[in-house]
Amino acid sequence: MEFLGFERPKDLVGVRSIVLVMAIADCTEPAARMIAEGMEGAVPVTQDHGCIAMDVVPTLVGVARNPNVAGTLLVAMGCEGIQPEPLIEEIAKMGKPVDVVNIQKIGSTRRAISRGRDLARGMVEQAKKQRRKPFDVSRLVVGVKCGGSDTTSGLAANPAIGVMSDMLVDAGAAVVMIEPIEAIGAEKPLAARAVNEKVKQQILKWIGDEEKRWTVPGAEMDFMCRGNIEGGLTTLEEKSLGAIHKSGHRPIKGVLKNTEDYVETVPPGGGFYLQDGTHSEPAAMSYMAAAGVHIVVFATGRGGTFGHAICPIIKVTGNPDTWSRMSEDMDINASTIMEGKESIESVGKRVVEEVLAVASGRMTLGEQSGLYNFSVWRRDPRLEVLLGITQQWD
Amino acid sequence: MKRAIMMDEKDNVATALVGLVAGERVEVVSSAQEVLEQVMVKDAIPLGHKIALANMAEGDEVIKYGETIGKASRDISVGDYVHIHNVESIRLPLTEHMLRSK
Repeated sequence: MEFLGFERPKDLVGVRSIVLVMAIADCTEPAARMIAEGMEGAVPVTQDHGCIAMDVVPTLVGVARNPNVAGTLLVAMGCEGIQPEPLIEEIAKMGKPVDVVNIQKIGSTRRAISRGRDLARGMVEQAKKQRRKPFDVSRLVVGVKCGGSDTTSGLAANPAIGVMSDMLVDAGAAVVMIEPIEAIGAEKPLAARAVNEKVKQQILKWIGDEEKRWTVPGAEMDFMCRGNIEGGLTTLEEKSLGAIHKSGHRPIKGVLKNTEDYVETVPPGGGFYLQDGTHSEPAAMSYMAAAGVHIVVFATGRGGTFGHAICPIIKVTGNPDTWSRMSEDMDINASTIMEGKESIESVGKRVVEEVLAVASGRMTLGEQSGLYNFSVWRRDPRLEVLLGITQQWD
Repeated sequence: MKRAIMMDEKDNVATALVGLVAGERVEVVSSAQEVLEQVMVKDAIPLGHKIALANMAEGDEVIKYGETIGKASRDISVGDYVHIHNVESIRLPLTEHMLRSK
């Protein structure tokens, strides 16, 4: 299996050549947006946790280092707690262009935008010169996620994506699943897939910590709700097994951590990994992007439509009604499983073909619609302390 | 004939791929869409809900996806509707609050 990707420094391969115009915090978001406006290949991003949230820095650096990104222009006000220089230093280690416009240094927002457009255009033109080359699928990192789930998700889309996960891992690629909340109740089958005792303990901590966060006395959240039961889900175990089905069945090589200091990236060599993080879609995609994921495959029964600034999102629906009403947004029809027209394996193979085509440059429907969502998730450090959750994983 | 899917060969329940009416026969198919057996449905079963493929005694494990999804809270026989009235979670008991929450 091969795909056509972009060669990057540090022996990395990208599937897109994006120029990120990154407002360090949301005070410079309008400037970043205006710099990227109408400039094909440039995508504006920001984070809205404020400019002293130092713990979002690893995610910002991580997404800029993602191999789908050809270059990064930071947009700084100048007075931020998060200063641009350390970010530039970290991003530059990947050997890719990175620069900054500083509004207070330049002395005018308008001049900063004008200067920013020149810099961003230069990076876009440089990126456009590069041609795709064939690479083995073992260089690819694919994320799996589900959301807007319904009764068909655990029967059609997630199992088909699970087939894809196994096929890609068998071919040497890496597959990553984030979202520990959906694994609560599926500890046993996931722990049984750990490659060793250390990873098994990491998996149990990954799930156990998340359960603690959502079961604070007085602020508990239900892991099962009436809608689940009306849809046919009887127990939490059944709900979770349906969700994690997209992870396939291959051994789990590790849990990728994120702390206030770093986001762990997917090691070379392929295989299946879990990742600590959130369930919230665009923010989860940003976390996966920061870990080096190229493409995310997303199961959605009800038809969630969004994209991501860095990772193309391939949407798979198992709901025949969603497919017929929303085929402009859904990349893959898995409802053929519900209708008895196609096996789960056959749909899984089609997902693999789509992943390789998208990796080689085919635009997803979300990309065609210009959906480039981006948000950054931040763990509440006070809650972690109060609950006694540590980042001691070993 | 209407169909229900058995997600793994170890399962003792199948999931209805369309709504089923009490008294009708249903084809049980594998994930490869092969017809495995026919079962007489004893109750109305909505799309996405489960039907018993084996007799289970109270306390027996209910298996879907090849894994335990809970235990029988009363005896279940082939063709019965399998849901919260006869299965309970081992991991997390159902609460009144969950039944009310959306």
